Amino acid sequence: MSPFMLPFTVAFTALSVLGAFLAPENGLANLAVLVSVGLVSLGKLPTAWRSGLLAVLALALTILLRLNPNDKLAFYGLLGVLVAAFLLPNLSKLIRIALALAILFIAVPIAGLTNSFLFELGIQIGIFAALALGLNVVVGQAGLLDLGFAAFFAIGAYTWGIFGSPQAAQFIPGYPAEGLPGNYLYLFMALAVITAAITGVLIGLPALRLRGDYLAIVTLGLGEVVRVFANNLDKPLNITNGPQGITPINQPEVGPLAEFLRAIGAERLYGRPIDEPIAYAFFFYLLVLVVIGIVVLVNIRLANSRFGRAWVAIREDEIAAKAMGIPLLPTKLLAFATGAAFSGAMGAIFAAKQTFVSPESFTLQASINILAFVILGGMGSIGGAVVGAAAVTVLNIGILKDFSDLLNTWRQTGVTILGYNMANLPPQLNPAKYERLVFGLILILMMIFRPEGLIPEQRHRAELQEARQEAKEGGGK
Amino acid sequence: MTVADLFAILPQTLLEGLLLGFVYAMVALGYTMVYGVLGLINFAHSEVFMIGAVIGLEVFRFWGNPESPVIANPFVLLLVALIFAAVGSGIMAVLVERFAYRPLRKRGSKNILVPMITAIGVSFLLQDLTRIYAALRHNEFNMQYRTYDALNQTFELPFQTIIQVKGIIIIVVSILMLIGLTYLVNRTKLGKAIRAVSQDIQTASLMGINPDVIISRTFLIGGSLGGVAGVLFGLLYTNVTPYSGVLPGLKAFTSAVLGGIGNIPGAMVGGLILGQLETLSGTYLPFLTNGNFGTEYKDVFAFLTLVLLLLFRPQGIFGQNVSEKV
Repeated sequence: MSPFMLPFTVAFTALSVLGAFLAPENGLANLAVLVSVGLVSLGKLPTAWRSGLLAVLALALTILLRLNPNDKLAFYGLLGVLVAAFLLPNLSKLIRIALALAILFIAVPIAGLTNSFLFELGIQIGIFAALALGLNVVVGQAGLLDLGFAAFFAIGAYTWGIFGSPQAAQFIPGYPAEGLPGNYLYLFMALAVITAAITGVLIGLPALRLRGDYLAIVTLGLGEVVRVFANNLDKPLNITNGPQGITPINQPEVGPLAEFLRAIGAERLYGRPIDEPIAYAFFFYLLVLVVIGIVVLVNIRLANSRFGRAWVAIREDEIAAKAMGIPLLPTKLLAFATGAAFSGAMGAIFAAKQTFVSPESFTLQASINILAFVILGGMGSIGGAVVGAAAVTVLNIGILKDFSDLLNTWRQTGVTILGYNMANLPPQLNPAKYERLVFGLILILMMIFRPEGLIPEQRHRAELQEARQEAKEGGGK
Repeated sequence: MTVADLFAILPQTLLEGLLLGFVYAMVALGYTMVYGVLGLINFAHSEVFMIGAVIGLEVFRFWGNPESPVIANPFVLLLVALIFAAVGSGIMAVLVERFAYRPLRKRGSKNILVPMITAIGVSFLLQDLTRIYAALRHNEFNMQYRTYDALNQTFELPFQTIIQVKGIIIIVVSILMLIGLTYLVNRTKLGKAIRAVSQDIQTASLMGINPDVIISRTFLIGGSLGGVAGVLFGLLYTNVTPYSGVLPGLKAFTSAVLGGIGNIPGAMVGGLILGQLETLSGTYLPFLTNGNFGTEYKDVFAFLTLVLLLLFRPQGIFGQNVSEKV
């Protein structure tokens, strides 16, 4: 450990926080805070100092975010602290939980109740993280490449979308014209888990008899089949309303939550009334957090269970696993059903949150996006799936959009960069529109330079090192 | 519609299925050859096919401009477009192999998911690069092929069947390419090397074959076929978008699996079968179900056929049953 590391990090953190407080509008000062989050997380520091500094940074970022709710850099900083709190080794459990709870339930709501975009971002991350966790069971743990995963998400979304909207009255005589009241969502989340799991088994039964590549292509095909049905089942019976999609979908009541917020004096605190949209944003944020918590818990327990070990055994060597007495098809089916169940539940929440579902949301592109989260995070690693989803979502609806806005301002003001007048930049070059390009690059570069992902699963990491060792000893054939 | 009417449109449907089937067959060959040598589903092949279609389109646009044509004869123009597309797509496929797949091979990872995910990444990258190109160059997403009266001229065949000149061209070009490929693989030294590499890379390299060179050539050949198929596809359907490779690519891969992946005659037959299945179901499904389930279910039909076939004959129609090595 370098003797200068600790004093330097402490000094840099203190200075950056001070700078950010003195000039909260200055982007550079905020960037410095972001750098100190990185320094504290990745530098070699004693554990006690690291925990303390993380807590200080979390507090400072929260205050910054309260002063200026539109400060996205501070929000990204908080996300960074959150990730660090969860993933860094050697932190005590108490610190981890305290930091995570403080950020998720205090810091984000404080800023989010003024700037609901933060809730929006949080909800998106949560939904995608649950999908990634679901696919992680299938691809990461059991090693079954599923390229039609969005189908299960679609099943969940349509389960609530059809019955929680006027849609069901179209084909069930005597059904309430407005659809079921929003509070039935909780029941339908459970139903969505079941329908998605059943779909998982139905798709899995034929598909899982096949291996690797064949499985990939068949799941891709069957995923498309689900989408084609969603797109065309507006006749003979109008079940899905075809390509127009279903709207409006009922949302649960948020009256009690808004009452509660008013009772604790949130209106005075923020200087703005707690109206419906902000209450809904907060409600879905909390709902997604709770569901994600459950999903992560189930995932951890499963990964360490008999089934989890059986999945890993199948991933590593199917024949050996079979020889050890693992029933292949039931175990694989269980992986499929589990992954599908997670995404089914999130599908129902997604439908209620958007108040709109259409086949557009469940294309092949969506399936591959979910796969990109898992790959980026690290196949088989639970923390990795969540971080992967968070990173790609922030990149997609945060950073790429900001970058597009920046390019637009440059274009309008005609700034000259490296002798090139930005006003001449063609308007077609809008980074926010080229997310496929970014995903493609992420997938390729990750596979070439870091196939084990950002946060590799322990077992997988060991395996890759072994393969590298072998390649080295083999003299590179 | 009476049963007699249904039979009356059968020959025309079969002919259209044949045209589509030849396009699928040529694309399927690219998948099957790469799978043969590397055991990899080259998802990027659908983009190589799409790029071939775009190159052909550009040739028509540049040299076939009706006001001041460089090449006035549409047949010569088509020939030039085919050559350019074959070369361009072939080079693109080689580049993809060189920069995306070879680094993975050199590292020697055993995980089969790694190359496949890379292939998906490459496919996304190529789609959006083409989209940027189309946006900058033409400021549009849908690109239209030029139409020529000489190519659209129709002939009457027996049984009330009508064929366009471009239909004849598609059949002739496809058959020539397929014969050429069969000759190349079965009768030339390169073909022998390709077959050796696809049987066993290590043993082949002991016999004085450089696997990297052979793999690269395989991509070149597969890519060129894909490029030619792209131009023919554009000629047939006239509309090309940066994403128009995805669905035909998927169908072509399905055909390759139908015929038994890694098997060259299998890919041809698989393509022809899938073309027929698709047009037949597209034409007859609405009649058979009283319009309740229309043409839009033809893709469902194709995929369900694949699933059924794989359940009962996982090695495909022509594939040999390979017992598992332990």
